[in-house]
Amino acid sequence: MYILDTIAAIATPLGAGGIGIVRVSGPDSESIGKLIFSGSKKIIGGGFESHRLFYGRFFHPSDGFLIDEGMLVLMRAPRSYTREDVLELHCHGGYLIVSKLLDACVAAGARLAEPGEFTRRAFLNGRIDLAQAESISDIISSSTDRSLALAQSQREGHLSRSLAELRSPLIDALALVEAYIDFPEDEVDPLVIGAVLDRIAAVRSSLQKLLDTFTTAKVLREGVSVLLLGRPNAGKSSLLNALTGTERAIVSHLPGTTRDLIEETVSLYGLPVKIIDAAGIRSHHFDSVEQEGVRRALDKVGSADLILLLIDGSKPVLNEDLELASNLGKTPYLLVLTKSDLPHMVDTAKFENAIGICPVSAKQAVGINDLTMFIYDYFVSSSVVSSDGVALVSTVRHRDILLRAFSSLERFSYNQLINSPPELLSLDLREALSALGEITGETTADELLDLIFSSFCIGK
Amino acid sequence: MHCYETKYDVIVVGAGHAGCEAALAPARMGCLTLLLNMSLDGMAVMSCNPSIGGLAKGHLVREIDALGGEMAKNIDATGIQFRVLNTRKGPAVRAGRAQADKQLYRLRMKYVLEHQDNLHVKQGEVTALYMQGDELMGVDTRSGIRFIGRTVILTTGTFMRGLIHIGLINYPGGRAGDLPSAGLSDDLRGLGFDVGRLKTGTPARLDGRTIDFSRLEAQYSDDNPVPFSFSTKRITMPQIPCYIAYTNSKTHEIIRSGLDRSPLYSGVIEGIGPRYCPSIEDKIVRFPEKERHQTFIEPEGLETVEYYPSGMSSSLPIDIQIAFYRSMEGLEKVEMMRPAYGIEYDYVNPIQLHATLETKLIKNLFHAGQINGTSGYEEAAGQGLLAGINAALRVKGKEPVRFARHESYIGVMVDDLVTLGVKEPYRMFTSRAEHRLLLREDNADIRLRDLGYRLGLVDEDTYSDFCNKKDEINKELERIKVTRIGLTPVEKEWCSHHDCKDIQKGTTLDQILRRPEIGYDQLQEIDQISKELTKEVREQVEIQIKYQGYISRQMEQIERMRKQEEVRIPEEFDYNNIPGLTLEVQEKLKRYKPDTLGQAARIEGITPAAVAIVAVMLKSRGEQKVES
Ligand SMILES: Cc1cc2nc3c(=O)[nH]c(=O)nc-3n(C[C@H](O)[C@H](O)[C@H](O)COP(=O)(O)OP(=O)(O)OC[C@H]3O[C@@H](n4cnc5c(N)ncnc54)[C@H](O)[C@@H]3O)c2cc1C
Repeated sequence: MYILDTIAAIATPLGAGGIGIVRVSGPDSESIGKLIFSGSKKIIGGGFESHRLFYGRFFHPSDGFLIDEGMLVLMRAPRSYTREDVLELHCHGGYLIVSKLLDACVAAGARLAEPGEFTRRAFLNGRIDLAQAESISDIISSSTDRSLALAQSQREGHLSRSLAELRSPLIDALALVEAYIDFPEDEVDPLVIGAVLDRIAAVRSSLQKLLDTFTTAKVLREGVSVLLLGRPNAGKSSLLNALTGTERAIVSHLPGTTRDLIEETVSLYGLPVKIIDAAGIRSHHFDSVEQEGVRRALDKVGSADLILLLIDGSKPVLNEDLELASNLGKTPYLLVLTKSDLPHMVDTAKFENAIGICPVSAKQAVGINDLTMFIYDYFVSSSVVSSDGVALVSTVRHRDILLRAFSSLERFSYNQLINSPPELLSLDLREALSALGEITGETTADELLDLIFSSFCIGK
Repeated sequence: MHCYETKYDVIVVGAGHAGCEAALAPARMGCLTLLLNMSLDGMAVMSCNPSIGGLAKGHLVREIDALGGEMAKNIDATGIQFRVLNTRKGPAVRAGRAQADKQLYRLRMKYVLEHQDNLHVKQGEVTALYMQGDELMGVDTRSGIRFIGRTVILTTGTFMRGLIHIGLINYPGGRAGDLPSAGLSDDLRGLGFDVGRLKTGTPARLDGRTIDFSRLEAQYSDDNPVPFSFSTKRITMPQIPCYIAYTNSKTHEIIRSGLDRSPLYSGVIEGIGPRYCPSIEDKIVRFPEKERHQTFIEPEGLETVEYYPSGMSSSLPIDIQIAFYRSMEGLEKVEMMRPAYGIEYDYVNPIQLHATLETKLIKNLFHAGQINGTSGYEEAAGQGLLAGINAALRVKGKEPVRFARHESYIGVMVDDLVTLGVKEPYRMFTSRAEHRLLLREDNADIRLRDLGYRLGLVDEDTYSDFCNKKDEINKELERIKVTRIGLTPVEKEWCSHHDCKDIQKGTTLDQILRRPEIGYDQLQEIDQISKELTKEVREQVEIQIKYQGYISRQMEQIERMRKQEEVRIPEEFDYNNIPGLTLEVQEKLKRYKPDTLGQAARIEGITPAAVAIVAVMLKSRGEQKVES
């Protein structure tokens, strides 16, 4: 029997599903469960009873952050899918909650599973019968791996291109180190390694920057904020009600932070969205007071992540609306045309900077779903690319990979500093490359040799 | 055809570096073995450079020795300059290299072969395999004798359809001065083997009496030559120097002027040459900015005046050769004794082999050495040994051995060959081994001695020496783990002397040894017992301690891959109609026919998901057998 480490992955298709499952397999499954779960039921003999559902809450082990409430079930080896101890964590199905939960498992000691690894383990542990049925569907219709891959392929494409650029200095450095090792009599100058050090330092800081963009953590902890803007009669309050009343949304009322603004936090498929409505201005008088309200709302503009600009779709565009739109600066806005049940009168071409247009009718609950999907997609699916086209790191898996690459390079620099022998430098570089390779594709031995022989005049 | 009366267990075709090991191993394992070579004067000939070892190659030689092969002992007995390379780098990438007296090397090996029990050495050129239907029965020779054998190992080197090039002149030859082997590769092609063409080259041999050595820099042997074999106590051969010379702009000009008559640049040579062993014309074309190229002028032996200018191989015409060698400082008056030449030869695609080196097409047929697309004596010998062992195990009805990538360079090499195939002559580099820190010269015995002993290739005395050494190492590792420093005034003084004042009372010796600035040389100043340890034990312990973190990281990786690595895919496994596998992946797998899931995963373009699917299909089709 071989001792394997413990792996974790999201086991349900990503997106707006009802529940999400994170699956953990390996010897540490139970201890991971204990670290991140606190349940209402008594745990028997300090452990979870096998094959039994426990209800409770999931916390992140690093900061104690409450992730969600949900269920836990432990299936002890060998009565499990992989024939190892398997832990399943069921939570609300939103992408962010599920990935946060996965992140918690990793923080508690699991390693992110490679694609197909659960199935592989099931097979390697000699699980025949069920493996056929389940795992093939697992891989092919592929709740786990493939949908993950599909959902991520876009993200990955972009990230991969950025990483490919980081990879080349690493390969150059490795080729140098390897040439220096393997051709001691071929006049490979160890000093040239110094020349790549700067480039490696640059790679490190690029990785750091990428890691800083890891949105999930920030988004999950703080949520995103959406500001409703529009003239009083544009239909903000009905929209707010419609949004907070959405079936899928879980509402929690927070007291307004300022006297004039109302904040509601809704969870869109697991994404906490703080909706700020300049509702306070409604209780005031018209004209000058309205100007004041708009001013206060505009103060908020800079700190909002997205603005919903509401315009009464049944009326022609007013100059104030256009003025408002032009005052939004860099904050992206979505044009929401309310009262879409009435005849459409707006010339939308005038709002050329809008990131999208969503006709809704709060009254008849038309378009609300599209609007929530739009908001969700905007923050989650498309958060790959920031406005200036820089790749962002948005999944736990990617962050994990980049972290590994980063720490290998840190070790490289340290080893370089203390004059460690080149074979250790090589190992650090190889580990960094192989981590990046999980996104960009492997560096083959041949590729490396190609580089060695084309860069150095070597051999006899 | 006259059918020879003796029936052999193992027939080895070719007595090059692969063939010699391939014949000795089964004979030593008790199998009646026949070794056939085109000429009995040409056994264990060093066709090219007069040296053994170097980076990664030295590692191979040590592994061969640990397993009970002959190469290490042969070079120890006939080497005339021993050096350890990379002494300033870490132990994993240190390697021995020795210049050989070429004739003595060949003669000593011939002696060993001739005096080996169970081994018949005969002259004869094999022209075809003798088959009955699908079954391999033996070999046919040009002189009309048919030999019957249960297994056959082909180690034909550069000889099959060898074609020698000097400028635009070319003629058939297996090596300068030797006939080529004709017919055999056509026979193999007829049997379904994928026969291709490769190319390599060798420099001229120069007359030492016409070289002005006083103007060249000499390079001497190490003061205490380190032998290759774990059993050799001391190197007794006289040690002589090599010399370093350089090309210059004049040389380069001459070479450029001859390129139009180079068979390579004019397209006469079709075979693919090695990138790492470029001819001098290659170097000059590819690196025009380089002002000079270095060459080591190496003696070919103690009694001969022939010298080998390494790195100066060429297939340029004779007039250009003479002129460019003479353009170098110290070589102005040099006489060329043998011209440089290039050679093209037939090889068989190694993806048609199992990791045991048995062919996938014909049972009981093994290929080893340059025929598999490798180049180099050590690479050849390593494969020869493995093929010899597995032929013997087949004869004895035992399970074959396979070497894992994390166990030996032989394992890395064979896996690379049979999993990926070759596109150019394959040479071993340490960079090919992903577990390089584990695969060191110094621990080759710890990795492989047990196996060699179990196979019957390592004798009792050698083995018990080895066991003692291993015990000593383990004892010492244990001791330093529990011995703590008391920080007496003397020890305190020692700490500050060695710049490690931060050492606390109660620190164990292994923790102290882990520090980069401390080794046994320092430790023994305060630790009496370490003075009494042998050099080997100190070396092993120190390396293990210093590399520890890295080694355990590598071990974890290996452990993780292990299960997949060992799952076997049956030969007849059908990749058609596997749902989820793309057509491209199916085609690849059908072509490469990996033996294990681990191999499948290493084939370019095979994704982890594809491997998982194959794994599942293996199970569900009930076709999978895990071999223990
Ligand atoms: C010109 C030249 C340049 C080289 N350059 C390099 C280099 O730069 N670096 C490097 O590492 N290596 C080089 N080598 C390769 C090195 O010599 C070989 O890799 C190594 O010797 C291969 O060992 P082997 O046992 O496979 O074959 P070889 O040593 O070639 O031995 C093959 C043996 O098989 C015998 N034989 C062949 N066919 C038959 C047959 N049909 N019947 C009976 N006997 C047969 C031959 O007589 C020969 O003894 C070079 C070789 C040559 C010829």
